[in-house]
Amino acid sequence: MTTSGASRKETTSGANREETTSGASREMTTTTTKARTIKSRVGVRPRAVVVGVGAAIATLLISVFSLGTGDFEIAPADVVTTLFGEGNPAHEFIITELRLPRLITAILVGAALAASGAVFQSLVRNPLGSPDMLGVTNGASTAALTVVILGGTSTQLSVAAVLGGLAATLLIQLIAGRALHGFRFILVGIGMAAILTGISGYLLTRGVQMENARALLWLTGSLDGRDWGQAVPMAIVLVLVLPVLLLACGPGLRILEMGDDSASALGVPVPLLRNGALLSAALLVSFAAASAGPVNFVALIAPHLAKRLTRAPGPNLVPSIAVGALLLTGADFLAQHLLEDQSLPVGVVTGLVGGGYLVWLLTTERRAGRI
Amino acid sequence: MALAALAAVAVLSIGFGARFLSPAEVWSGLWDPTAQSYRIVHEMRLPRTLLGLMVGMALGLAGAIMQALTRNPLADPGLLGINAGAAAGVASAAVFFGVGTFYGYVWFALGGAAAVTALVYAVGGGRSATPARLALAGAALNATLYSYVSAILLSDSQAIEKVKFWTAGSLASADFATVQRLLPFFAGGLLAGLLVARPLNALSLGDDAARALGARPSVIRGAVIVAVTLLCGGATAACGPIVFIGLLIPHMVRPFTGPDLRWLLPYTAILAPVLLLGADVLGRVLGSPGELQVGTVTAVLGGPLFLYLVRAAK
Repeated sequence: MTTSGASRKETTSGANREETTSGASREMTTTTTKARTIKSRVGVRPRAVVVGVGAAIATLLISVFSLGTGDFEIAPADVVTTLFGEGNPAHEFIITELRLPRLITAILVGAALAASGAVFQSLVRNPLGSPDMLGVTNGASTAALTVVILGGTSTQLSVAAVLGGLAATLLIQLIAGRALHGFRFILVGIGMAAILTGISGYLLTRGVQMENARALLWLTGSLDGRDWGQAVPMAIVLVLVLPVLLLACGPGLRILEMGDDSASALGVPVPLLRNGALLSAALLVSFAAASAGPVNFVALIAPHLAKRLTRAPGPNLVPSIAVGALLLTGADFLAQHLLEDQSLPVGVVTGLVGGGYLVWLLTTERRAGRI
Repeated sequence: MALAALAAVAVLSIGFGARFLSPAEVWSGLWDPTAQSYRIVHEMRLPRTLLGLMVGMALGLAGAIMQALTRNPLADPGLLGINAGAAAGVASAAVFFGVGTFYGYVWFALGGAAAVTALVYAVGGGRSATPARLALAGAALNATLYSYVSAILLSDSQAIEKVKFWTAGSLASADFATVQRLLPFFAGGLLAGLLVARPLNALSLGDDAARALGARPSVIRGAVIVAVTLLCGGATAACGPIVFIGLLIPHMVRPFTGPDLRWLLPYTAILAPVLLLGADVLGRVLGSPGELQVGTVTAVLGGPLFLYLVRAAK
């Protein structure tokens, strides 16, 4: 994909050079420009490709590094050979049984959170309108907290989280009414988040000390001790939902940002698109919460960083996903190795990094009048 | 009417509990040292009721003047993260500095509240801020601060137990000492809040008109921020973050008084404690033999009202 971007750049510069030498080639230049506008309408932009591929490569590098570090150090080269199935048995056990599930969960959860954040921000037309601000994540965590306090198993917890997230989305959608303006959806979502936070606070006071520690750890978002049981469902949901989002919703969402009226005039089935995108995003974020807890801020920040880097309009789904995976893997690596003697829950790292980014975002975006 | 409602709720708040006291018993318990109910009223119920009164007034007033200052109907100290800022201050005090007394952490609470008030105002207080913009900025700050609070609580399981009631918002730990210590902060905030009513009225016409009327916008804004900080910081230090009180009461009062703050603020100050004490009584009744935290009750009661307001405002 990088090569296609580079080669296009080459043709453009080539055309420019020809333009200076002969007047006849002017026609050719206009055709190249026309070709470029058509192409960009389809949604492939060189910057987006570079950002997506760059983030993916960075994720891979961190992955290799992160698989190699821990109580038992493994050299990067050995990590790679082990991953291709040619390492020694000890390495293979440590990597595929202990470290890989956690890493894969981090990548998948980061991707899911970022995708749903991009969709939500695009739907409500506000750069702060991510599912963790609008009560969807709170729905998942309140339901999961109920299970923790009742002493349920971790499978029950995951199921409750998924159902809770979906129920909260449905409720917000119902209360906000059919005329789903970004504005009202946001306010209803914030109200819902406040109610659910109140209920969570109550649930926390009901638990005994042991359960509270577990509940609080879960509420912060942690990847400790994740095995294939968490990674596989997340992967299945991503495989099912992402193609729908990318192929069916992506182009439509970009047109939808111009306003409902313009979009329906351009032939976009607005209600269908909106509900479909909302449901897919809610599914992604609920499953993400079920696998890793309500990790803060990844859904908020990843689409922003992606947009800032690609400078493209629309939800920027693919670059967002890549950046989200990178963010969560990086945050988890930091969480494991920042302190010498203990590992932090990943939610702490994303919370602190996210908070700093947020303050910066609020001041700059406010100055630009975009929030 | 409003005063009567307040008196009724106060009597109920004193009356309800592990042992129910009739209004007559409450009356004799208040004034007659020989009555059987004297000790119950004075040692347990009265401080709690007084604390509820003060905190309710503080939050209601803070909400009303924030709404006037930001010219934004959705400004609420809870939703805007000011209470969460105070909570973050208290949690840091409890975990990092081992502070456990009200006097110790009220300063941290005030600091946190002041920082967030200034930040939210800087972010969303400009003339161009829409309600949704301000509310989102507040929600985002809330999320940051709560993730910070839970992060530092996670590092210390003793602190979880110490602070867990506090983070849900509760009047249960009330005693006379807390009431006395809150009093100076509360009185200062109340005074400042009521004093800015007139100049804030002028400010609602816009900065230029206000200046023409002899008001000084920057001084007024400063005074409002000080008042909000004192009210919210003190209230939060005493009983934890409580949402929605500051949002709902001004909205319920406004149809009767109109937008004039000289009427709006006193009525808000009287009716807000009615809601808070009512929620507290309800929490004690519903949760018996234990109790529901008042913060939970106000969130669960106030939330739907908030959603209704959003729906009603086309």
